[in-house]
Amino acid sequence: MNRIFKYIKKYWFLLLISLIFSVFIVLSTLYVPVIVGRCIDILIYQAVDFLKLKSLLISLTITISITVISQWLQNLINNHTSYNICRDIRNDAFDKIHHLPLSYLDNHTIGEITNSIINDVDTFNDGLLMGFNTLFTNLLTILGTIVYMLNINVSITLVVCVLTPLSLLVSRYISSKTHTLFVQQSSLRSDINSYIDEMVSNQKVVYSFNQQENTQNNLAKINSSFKNTAIKATFFSSLTNPATRVVNAIVYGAIATFGGLIVIKNIITVGALSSFLSYASQYTKPFNEISGVIVELQNAIVCGNRVFDLIEQENEYDATTILNKKVEGNISLDKVNFSYTKTKPFIENISLDINKGEKVALVGPTGCGKTTLINLIMNFYPLDSGSIKIEGVDYNTISKDSLRENFGMVLQDSWLKNVSIKENLLMAKEDASDEKIVSVCKKCHIHNFIQRLSNGYDTIIRENDSTISTGQKQLLCIARIMLKDPKILILDEATSNIDTRTEIKVQQAFDDLMQDKTSLIVAHRLSTILNADTILVMKDGKIIEQGKHQQLLADKGFYYTLYNSQFEN
Amino acid sequence: MKTLKFFKKYTLQSLIAPLFKMLEATFELLVPLVIAQIVDIGITNQDNNFIYSRAALLFLFAILGFGCTFIAQYFSAKVAVNYSGDLREHSFKHIQSLSFEQFDKKSPSTLIANLTNDITQIQNGLNLALRLLLRSPIIVFGAFIMATTIDKEVSLTFLITIITLLIIVFSVMLFSIPLYQKVQNKLDNVLNLTRENLTGVRVIRAFNQQKKEKETFKNTNGQLTASQLFVGKVTALFNPFTYLIINIGIILVIKQGAIKINIGTLSSGQVLALYNYMSQILIELIKMANLTIQITKALASLKRIENILTFETKKETGTINELTDSETIISFNDVSFRFFDSNQNSLSNLNFNIKKGNKVGIIGPTGSGKSTLINLLCNFYQPTEGVIKLAGSNIQNYLSKAINKYISLVPQKAVLFKGDIRSNLLWGNDKANKKDMQEALHLANCDFIYQKDGLDTIVLQNGTNFSGGQKQRLTIARALISKSEILILDDSFSALDYATEKKLRQTINSLEYNPTVIIISQRISSISHCDQILLLDDGKLVGNDSHQNLLKNNLLYQEIYKSQIKESAYE
Repeated sequence: MNRIFKYIKKYWFLLLISLIFSVFIVLSTLYVPVIVGRCIDILIYQAVDFLKLKSLLISLTITISITVISQWLQNLINNHTSYNICRDIRNDAFDKIHHLPLSYLDNHTIGEITNSIINDVDTFNDGLLMGFNTLFTNLLTILGTIVYMLNINVSITLVVCVLTPLSLLVSRYISSKTHTLFVQQSSLRSDINSYIDEMVSNQKVVYSFNQQENTQNNLAKINSSFKNTAIKATFFSSLTNPATRVVNAIVYGAIATFGGLIVIKNIITVGALSSFLSYASQYTKPFNEISGVIVELQNAIVCGNRVFDLIEQENEYDATTILNKKVEGNISLDKVNFSYTKTKPFIENISLDINKGEKVALVGPTGCGKTTLINLIMNFYPLDSGSIKIEGVDYNTISKDSLRENFGMVLQDSWLKNVSIKENLLMAKEDASDEKIVSVCKKCHIHNFIQRLSNGYDTIIRENDSTISTGQKQLLCIARIMLKDPKILILDEATSNIDTRTEIKVQQAFDDLMQDKTSLIVAHRLSTILNADTILVMKDGKIIEQGKHQQLLADKGFYYTLYNSQFEN
Repeated sequence: MKTLKFFKKYTLQSLIAPLFKMLEATFELLVPLVIAQIVDIGITNQDNNFIYSRAALLFLFAILGFGCTFIAQYFSAKVAVNYSGDLREHSFKHIQSLSFEQFDKKSPSTLIANLTNDITQIQNGLNLALRLLLRSPIIVFGAFIMATTIDKEVSLTFLITIITLLIIVFSVMLFSIPLYQKVQNKLDNVLNLTRENLTGVRVIRAFNQQKKEKETFKNTNGQLTASQLFVGKVTALFNPFTYLIINIGIILVIKQGAIKINIGTLSSGQVLALYNYMSQILIELIKMANLTIQITKALASLKRIENILTFETKKETGTINELTDSETIISFNDVSFRFFDSNQNSLSNLNFNIKKGNKVGIIGPTGSGKSTLINLLCNFYQPTEGVIKLAGSNIQNYLSKAINKYISLVPQKAVLFKGDIRSNLLWGNDKANKKDMQEALHLANCDFIYQKDGLDTIVLQNGTNFSGGQKQRLTIARALISKSEILILDDSFSALDYATEKKLRQTINSLEYNPTVIIISQRISSISHCDQILLLDDGKLVGNDSHQNLLKNNLLYQEIYKSQIKESAYE
């Protein structure tokens, strides 16, 4: 509850005004039947008192005007608050993405998180905020009706008050039955959504394996269990309204009967009976709506919980202190241990000193932990034990931003945003001039290609672009890093999709860039690491050999086998 | 309307719901008449028994009404869920049958949003529509008809009120549908940004772009809110307007009634009934107003699904199902290709033949068109000019299923699917047994899975629980298990170390079923053993020969070779 309150607080004033309007609306709406009742009493006798009727109709007009204006203003205010709160929650949920530990993101699918930020926020907002308003208005209506009715006649009021709670009981019974169905429905829906997400994202692979039919069948399977649950959930929850309506109809009948009987005894007038009947139909409406709202509220709470669970996930640890030492490129690892799942150690007891200006190469069979080690040096994951220091300062004592500022990283998986090429490059350095961008792209041998595109540097990169090859994407990522000109360079298979001829040319640019800089390179192309100052040979999460190329070859160890396999044929 | 087509089989069921709603509405419409009788007969004659008998009638109507809705709610839930479920499956199927070119023009995130959010909107909208959309007009017009039976002149007031209201309902609807469409587009932007940030989270963090991304999101999200508020302004008028008009109607009815009572043509009970009918119209219209908003949203969603279903799908042009035994398995005759949004050929005038069982390497600088060539070879795209022949027949004369069956592709991006190793391998060959799987895994050097749970090892979405190299080997295993005539490896060794690559290469060269193998690579060492090497540069075929000959005669090949052999100079 607290967490919801946080978002509402900002708009308390508007919400208050909205509530005040609710009071206006309820009171003026309830007053209408009273006036009409008086009109009917005038109409009972054939000689109609037109003067009196006219004054009643004028007050009726005024009352209606109050309702109309208040309703309109309230609608505007409610829209304002609810859409803005929705926006605030989304902003926070999105912000959260950038503070979550990567382990959380590894363990949750993209579809799942997106679903929370987009759909759950909507459902929550519709259900809870609007639900609250409906709840308030209707409770007020119930209260107001009772007061107005008591004013006219106590005994009929009692009939109404005794019978209507029945409808509440009925609706509560139904909603308790449907809650579990809603939970099931929403989890099945999320299954469907993530399946669709996976298959549509990888449509081309699905096609090339002739798997359309299979995936369609699978979807049909999940879909059919969803349909089963959804029908039940929808049906049972939609019984709430008719069930309360039948109770209401009975109340209406009771009033008509009882009221008719006491009109005969001259206790009340026909006009008063008419007011009562109006109230009976209006009085039952709030119960209807409250029961409807309860269903929505349940749904909203389920969705809201998911969103707030995301928002309230613990942020990854980040110190606030800014690294204020001049970074020259000294990094040291001390007895570093790390694992993705606590039961299986992955990186084991690695100690290592990387000195400024050093060029360090990481080699080893796939899955040996090279990329993981890089991730740890970038401080993407917290260590299980041990420490990493930059310029003698422990990673844990400085903010990640101030640490990463000094790094430039190119990953094997080239990620580009769906914006123009230029904007993608500017990500590295916001204030880079056009000339600078062009010169970097020339160095990376991608300039000619960019120029050939229909909009040159302003060409928008699309999500599944087949006009730009993976290699070209990598070149763009490399250009991006060159523009950044970082103190420490990390290349994780950065050139894996670039042809060697281009690579050698780009290598030249890299060498210029890496002059006097610390660099860490993961590569399977031994040529790119031959002139490394230190080669770290990794296997099964450990560094098993370490040294220069010649020295490692002379040792005739694991590196020797690895290296020779390249030229054997 | 393509979306309507899928509704056909629910026509009968979907009629049941409104039909029973109509019955319920009729019972409700009779209530004011009964009340009028209570006033005009029961009260005027002071007849208690008459009142009791009418009371019994009221209770009966209530119970019957409930029975009717019970049936109506069940069928509307059933139709809504089943129909939207069908739409989900059909649009999924439709998207899957798009040609690659069509698919490239779409954003997958938007398609995914359509298949998820829009379908949910449609389900909710249809359910409401079946339950209430027909009920409300029935009550509204029913009330009008009832009013006519009481007094023709007063019913004219009803008619005018109803028409005015209808005009308002429809104009708000017409005005807000395109606005809701706009809101949805803005929502798509928000969705796309969210997905993009989730996929690129590491790079964003590495570049300290969090602040900027948050800023961008705030902007986009703000735009969404702004457009929602704008629609809100229009729809906010709806409720107050309907309320106003109905009450003006009530005032007029009372005034007219008063005059008629004065001259004795109407009883007070009848005026009461007229007033009650007017109130009933109001209650229904307020429901309908809220409903209209929901339904407009659903209609906007339906329009987007409709749009998906109108995308042109790939037409099956071919009929050939079997490969004939032909010495030349693949031939390119003057093939050129240009992407739909490009002004330059990606491939120009390619001519070459590949013999059955041969091992062929394709090499060339980044962007020279290697992957595009493979895309054409698999018939994912069709050449702009020229003809590609598979075993002597134009590839476009084959059933696409047959092509995919005879060609196994290991794509450049190693993609695995949620499930386990077994379910992923079944993609390659759905008849594979445990032994086949173990064999393929062994050939592709995937024995690492036995350190985990073997064939039962869980695969997370996108295979995130495997390293890049492991994923590549698993995708190779998935291709090997299908034992297709043609095996294409599109730069599939890039994340492998040399030792592993070499071992795999040897395995692939000596496969028992002796497929035609096409290897795309940047490394000469990966293809130097091939019988034939195709050298591409800037979309043109600049070399087609053996390694030895190319090395002798081809300048570009020599350059590439030098760039790679230079490494041995360090020794």
